[in-house]
Amino acid sequence: MTRAFAAILITCFGFCAPARAQDVKTEIERYRQMVSEGSPAELFEVEGEALWKKPQGPKQAALEKCDLGLGPGVLKGAYAALPRYFKDADRVMDLETRLLHCMTTLQGRSREEATQRVFGNADRPSEMESLSAYVAAQSRGMKMAPGESHPKEKAAYELGRALYFQRAGPWDFACTSCHGEEGKRIRLQELPVLLKPENARSVVATWPAYRISTSGFITMQWRMNNCYQQMRMPEPAFGSDATVALIHFITVTGKGEVYSGPGNKR
Amino acid sequence: MNRLRRTLLGALAALLAKPLAALATWNESAFGAKTPQDALKGIGAANPTASKEIVIDAPQIAENGAVVPIEIVSNLPGTSSIAVVLEKNPFPLAAKFEFKEGALPYLKLNVKMAETSDVRVVVAAAGGRYYSASREIKVTIGGCGG
Amino acid sequence: MAGPMKMRATLAGGNTEVRVLMTHPMTTAQSGQPLHFIQNVTVKLNGRAVIEAEVSQAVSRNPVFSFRLKGGAKGDKIEVAWLDNKGESNKIETAVA
Repeated sequence: MTRAFAAILITCFGFCAPARAQDVKTEIERYRQMVSEGSPAELFEVEGEALWKKPQGPKQAALEKCDLGLGPGVLKGAYAALPRYFKDADRVMDLETRLLHCMTTLQGRSREEATQRVFGNADRPSEMESLSAYVAAQSRGMKMAPGESHPKEKAAYELGRALYFQRAGPWDFACTSCHGEEGKRIRLQELPVLLKPENARSVVATWPAYRISTSGFITMQWRMNNCYQQMRMPEPAFGSDATVALIHFITVTGKGEVYSGPGNKR
Repeated sequence: MNRLRRTLLGALAALLAKPLAALATWNESAFGAKTPQDALKGIGAANPTASKEIVIDAPQIAENGAVVPIEIVSNLPGTSSIAVVLEKNPFPLAAKFEFKEGALPYLKLNVKMAETSDVRVVVAAAGGRYYSASREIKVTIGGCGG
Repeated sequence: MAGPMKMRATLAGGNTEVRVLMTHPMTTAQSGQPLHFIQNVTVKLNGRAVIEAEVSQAVSRNPVFSFRLKGGAKGDKIEVAWLDNKGESNKIETAVA
């Protein structure tokens, strides 16, 4: 009786064992690769290009002369060099805060109006999302090299790193609660430990991104905002020092990676 | 006389205004079929022969059923159409592509899958015969909702 | 008004590879919203239809299709047009690079 039972068990393990973790991982990589070879992400780039050239605001000006760090209107490589310190604003800025800066200075728009709808949806992406897609795409193939030499860039890095570990809110969460230990995941989404360059690099090379589950486009500012929401903390202001510092910290940790253009997330 | 001329001109203008709309057809009964068998019947491919000449390249696992990439090549001589049937979808027939002179029997598209199921590719080839090949794709989160 | 389309047509291995992206909600019956999806797609090479397709709500939102055309040369005109169940349409034309 026992021998027969053992025989059944042994046979069963051969055929009934769940798929090995590595097989699942390989097949999901294949899925992601195939999606990236034919993804709607580029549609947002088209939308962004039109917005970049569209005269808006009281000054009826386009964003075409916006200085993203490499000179007025220079798009190629600009995203790869962000975040960085900007003298005219006397602070470190990421892509979205810099776009906001140009909206207010070049186009004469109020901060209130320009940030009224920074996160869009599938039916209507926000200006920030489309512009981010377009600008980021112009750095395809270039190595990520955020600013590191200016004292404020160093301070932003340190602030970002401190915030990564800072536990707060009703759940006493920090980034480390989810992104602090190797091998963790939420459903099928792996949670990269962004303190390690090898993990930060692939993240930094694939944001902003098309989000498959919502058919929308997501940016780093959105990601920070959403993470804080998930942690049940107060909503950070768009382009706040805290969000820019975190983005800067992650980008510096992942520097050197070749930017592959707006990516795709689940 | 004038009224007739006006009516005729109006009808002609309407016909020319949206040429694609006037000439395009859409197989409502096949696309409305709720079972794979009825979908196949709807496109006239009730009993396709299994064929290894139809190559389906797709991931074994789709992270999100809302976007499932599928790449198809038919090596069957005289391929004139490729249809995609998602067996467990509420309406299994997803698409039917017809290839004319100049087009190669190749297709890559993104489909929505409601749940893990077989993806069946049906090809019309030389002699008007139908062939098919199948592949299972596991879906972790179904993708047919809004 | 239809959203942007994007298309790339290149020569590879003696044939023409076409990849076209369309902005469209491709709303399904499951979503509880009114059905709104592309039904027809036509691919033309130098004005002549070479691929004609009927597609359904089972195609993903913001469809992306890849096709291959036999042979081809730089400058060939590729046109892809779509028509949806509401009678809305859009098209894009690109020269083979």
